[in-house]
Amino acid sequence: MSQSDDKSNLNRAEDFLQMFKKGAEFTQDLLKENERLRFRIVKLEESLKECDQVGGTVLSQDSARLLKKIEELEQEKAEILGRVRRAEEENQDFANRYVEIEEENNMLANLYIASYQLHSTLDFKEVTQIILEIVINLIGAEEFGLLLLDEKTNRLEPIACEGLELGQLPSVGVGSGIIGGSVKSGENYFIESMEEYQRDFLNPMVCIPLKIKEHVIGVIVIYKLLTQKEKFTSVDYELFSLLAGHAATAVFSSRLYSESERKLSTIQGFIDLLTK
Amino acid sequence: MTALKVLVVEDSPTMRQLIVFALKRIRNFQIVEANDGVDGLKKLSAEKFDLILTDINMPIMDGLKLVSMVRNDPNYKTVPIIIITTEGAAEDRDRALALGANAYITKPIQTIQILDTVKRLLNF
Repeated sequence: MSQSDDKSNLNRAEDFLQMFKKGAEFTQDLLKENERLRFRIVKLEESLKECDQVGGTVLSQDSARLLKKIEELEQEKAEILGRVRRAEEENQDFANRYVEIEEENNMLANLYIASYQLHSTLDFKEVTQIILEIVINLIGAEEFGLLLLDEKTNRLEPIACEGLELGQLPSVGVGSGIIGGSVKSGENYFIESMEEYQRDFLNPMVCIPLKIKEHVIGVIVIYKLLTQKEKFTSVDYELFSLLAGHAATAVFSSRLYSESERKLSTIQGFIDLLTK
Repeated sequence: MTALKVLVVEDSPTMRQLIVFALKRIRNFQIVEANDGVDGLKKLSAEKFDLILTDINMPIMDGLKLVSMVRNDPNYKTVPIIIITTEGAAEDRDRALALGANAYITKPIQTIQILDTVKRLLNF
């Protein structure tokens, strides 16, 4: 082997060594890169886990907040519904009260007219006619009569009626039977069961004594109501009370007035006779 | 706004007062009163009315005759007529409505019923 061959072999060996060293360095670099990448993956996985955990917490916090809000809104809704219910109940109550007040108002208007009419005249016949009209139109009686007390005989004598003949009505002693008993006690009388009532002139379905304070001057007796009038209402009882007082004073004053007029004309006639 | 004219035909002054008083509470009506059917017809011919309320049982001319005569008058073909009466039988009601009455109210007087009917017939 020549010297030049040896040198060439040596160069080649050095080249090979250099190449091997580079390969080793490259391998080392690759291993390092591999290690770095592995580390990076681990880091990324960890951060991903952390992200998931943090995100879940945020979500659960939002959900809790929303659930709380829903609960609050539900509570508010229940309160509002309660208020609406109370308002509706109040509204219904007001509506009922309005109807009651309206009825009361109408009743008072009717009572006012009835009482106004009763005291609008001093004519005895007109007063009795007004009493009959009130009993027909406001109470709804079809057959009834008005009996006045004759203080000389202490008997109740019929003076006006509707739906009946005056002659059909009885003359009743005070304290005798239902009519006389009602007059004596001064208490209104109402039959217990209207459905089973059969007309009996001595036993009416209603007796309303006409009273001036405790002094009874007569009585209204009712035997039959209008077909459409099935029962008495609270307004009717008010009317009965009104009739008992106002009709009595109207009858009493008109009778006194008629008597005084009659006496006056008698006296006037007597004076005229004397002075002629 | 001109007041609506109402004719109340009723022989009982007390009943007339009750009706007039009730009507005045809901509106400023111009109300004319008549004692019976003949008086009512006389007043109907003298001026034009927007509503007629009448009883049935009245002297001289009853309410049914009045309704029938009013409906034969071309001026009163459509004017609302309300009957207020003690006659509660169905046949009386049918007869009155057949003659041309628009509403039939039975006594004893129920103010609310009268006012509701008046409001309904006059559309207010």
